[in-house]
Amino acid sequence: MTAASYETFEHDVLVIGAGGAGLRAAIAASAEGSGVSVGVVCKSLLGKAHTVMAEGGVAAALANVDDRDNWRVHFADTMRGGQYMNDPRMAELHAREAPDRVRELEAWGALFDRTPDGRILQRQFGGHAYPRLAHVGDRTGLEMIRTLQDHGVHRGIAFYMECTVVALLVDAGRVVGAFGYERERGRFRVFHAKAVVLATGGIGRAYRITSNSWEYTGDGQALAYEAGAELVDMEFLQFHPTGMVWPPSVRGILVTEGVRGEGGILLNKDGHRFMFDEIPPAYQQQTADSEDEGWRYVLGDKSARRPPELLTRDHVARCIVREIKAGRGSPHGGVFLDIAWIKQRLPKAAEHIRRKLPGMYHQFKELAGVDITSEPMEVGPTTHYMMGGVRVDAETQMSTVPGLFAAGECAAGLHGANRLGGNSLSDLLVFGKRAGEFAARFAQEHGAGRIPADQVEAASRNALAPFDRSPAADGGGPYQVQQDLQGMMQDLVGIVRTQTEMERALEGLAALRARAAQVPVSGNREYNPGWHTALDLAPLLTVSEAVTRSAIERTESRGAHFREDYPAKDSGLGKIRLVVKRGGDGRMQVARVPVPPVPPELQQIIEEIK
Amino acid sequence: MGTVTFRIWRGDGAGGAFRDYSTPVTEGMVVLDAMHQIQAEQAPDLAVRWNCKAGRCGSCSAEVNGMPKLMCMTRLADLPQDRPVTVEPMKAFPAIRDLVTDVSWNYRVKTTITPFTPRPPDAPDGTWRMQQRDVDRVMEFRKCIECFLCQDVCHVLREHRMHDRFIGPRFLVYAAALEMHPLDTADRRSELRSDQGIGYCNITKCCTTVCPEGITITDNAIIPLKERVADDAYDPVRKLLRLLGLSRPDR
Repeated sequence: MTAASYETFEHDVLVIGAGGAGLRAAIAASAEGSGVSVGVVCKSLLGKAHTVMAEGGVAAALANVDDRDNWRVHFADTMRGGQYMNDPRMAELHAREAPDRVRELEAWGALFDRTPDGRILQRQFGGHAYPRLAHVGDRTGLEMIRTLQDHGVHRGIAFYMECTVVALLVDAGRVVGAFGYERERGRFRVFHAKAVVLATGGIGRAYRITSNSWEYTGDGQALAYEAGAELVDMEFLQFHPTGMVWPPSVRGILVTEGVRGEGGILLNKDGHRFMFDEIPPAYQQQTADSEDEGWRYVLGDKSARRPPELLTRDHVARCIVREIKAGRGSPHGGVFLDIAWIKQRLPKAAEHIRRKLPGMYHQFKELAGVDITSEPMEVGPTTHYMMGGVRVDAETQMSTVPGLFAAGECAAGLHGANRLGGNSLSDLLVFGKRAGEFAARFAQEHGAGRIPADQVEAASRNALAPFDRSPAADGGGPYQVQQDLQGMMQDLVGIVRTQTEMERALEGLAALRARAAQVPVSGNREYNPGWHTALDLAPLLTVSEAVTRSAIERTESRGAHFREDYPAKDSGLGKIRLVVKRGGDGRMQVARVPVPPVPPELQQIIEEIK
Repeated sequence: MGTVTFRIWRGDGAGGAFRDYSTPVTEGMVVLDAMHQIQAEQAPDLAVRWNCKAGRCGSCSAEVNGMPKLMCMTRLADLPQDRPVTVEPMKAFPAIRDLVTDVSWNYRVKTTITPFTPRPPDAPDGTWRMQQRDVDRVMEFRKCIECFLCQDVCHVLREHRMHDRFIGPRFLVYAAALEMHPLDTADRRSELRSDQGIGYCNITKCCTTVCPEGITITDNAIIPLKERVADDAYDPVRKLLRLLGLSRPDR
């Protein structure tokens, strides 16, 4: 093939990704003026992104249920949960702006559950001092994405469904567009844009057990890296404590933290409530010391402290792993999560469970044949959320490459070493809006760049290369390479990490990279998932390497990053973040930068709210 | 559990045929797992649309043994295994490839429905007050995951191909959710009657039967909407008031 054949589309702002962050960014960009042309590229159909899987709720200090709540407490909770590795300015903006972003959704038609006086109801969640999560049963994410989608389609935004971006186009150090293919016919598309917002979500598909769907192959992080931007905090990968473990086909599917928020307890095979066994010092003052106190908290008693099941996700996941490793797990290698027990304390408990957790009731009934109103669930950790990602400016969400912005999961900074439940939905609203706004302003202040023909040519050649390869000799097809990568990352760079295993992973990644470079694809370009899987290998390998290299470099245990060979915190490393960037020699480099300093007025808040 | 044969429709807009694939099945497996296994081991280019694999996104709609289903929520244990399991694309939409259909019509239809139009905020801080029971009334409709299985089974679309005159059960549910939204003030009765063709629905309830979210589409959404539309159009008193120019958009 010589000159690449493609269709060109022009926009002021191109948003890549159509989950909550992407849609919120697109709406914000279109609100910057009627002249702003906005395009949104969705890897799937509109409204199917993983935001729909967010169940528990969106965190915002509305103080509708407990008037002691305010943005300061939300800020302090977020920082403590992130082990003070967060960007304090992002944590501040997030806590301050989340309430308005949630209220705005209501003006666009979202319906949340209500308090008796008709305001938005809020529920308890791990690491949040007060009931803070606005929610709709356990389908908050669906409500949010549908609201944003239905609002967005009336704003003149162009949507490109089932289209995947495989390269950003860079000219004179600035992003000028993107190159991708549409799934239906496999044709190429060049998006010529003055500013680009990455909102592609996570990297869960690098692991065997994950709550993420096929889409989450680290596209945004890898695109940014290839375009010369910096990634940060990539060692901080959240393993959600409760994924389904049985039957095998559903392993990894999320079980909302809302189950624990509604009173669900974790038990080992002996029926022992093991979460009481170890309470981290930073949370001792906030955690209940009896089952009775924990239950009173669930009921809304303001004098009671949180049950230990609502400790932060990193801690809960490690306690579950500890029980399983000690041989005290459930029959299929998990532990028990029991919500049915509340019938001892609550009249009409079964009805209450079905009303508060309808999705979970349905999911276990249909997929596992388990009735959660009368039986415990079997759960275990599942790869869930990337705290790290594209390094962005706190105010504008611009990356280190001009014209390139990032928001939501694919950006880093808000969550530090561990994300609190409910903070991702508020993150994508707050920073989606900011990214869209500042991207539109960037577009207004800068003319269109020049599309570099050689980059389009190279991207097109790379994308078509798998068709020219002869059928696999021994390297395997695209699915095989992907599965081997997932298995290796799961086994060697999972919840519990060691130097030797991760060094083996680096060798494994080099071998997988060589196999990926030889992967053949059969069939033609029309809706060919084998081809798509082959093209997704490149970003997966890039982010897997970034996770592994960062995790090797952090020789301590902190938040979601746990090193068996360095089980303690290292106060020196607690002051640095790890930045991943491509070096001049084309190889991945990890550099140390200081954690952003906390300004005195914010430090005072942290001290006051212990 | 042994090996099961799947009779999968392979083809595109120009036509196609069923092809048989046998694959081993394990406990708890759903149809979508089998499609992935066949993809990974036998037919790498088998086109399947999917995402969450938990019945929450509505992407993997297809017809399994002739029934519109989400492949991710259809357990093999619930299907007879002594004969091939047929898997084919939805029929109400144009084929793209294999199990994937072109559902873009649905996205276009949605934009023709008058969007949410809230009343002014109730409180000085710009917020509203709503009672849980009022919210609950529309919650059922807002559970919709837009899998379009109801559209697929609706004979007005499936057999009579009246896509240009009828919006289908999904969007009648959508309109009902807006009409019954506690804050909404718009009036969609006239568009429902004319361009959106609510009259074409003759309440066979097939849509309700296939809804994976268990939404009572016909009884709770379509019939109340039909009543509302009929009241507006055919109530003789209202007709007279309208003729005299005295009608007001109360509901």
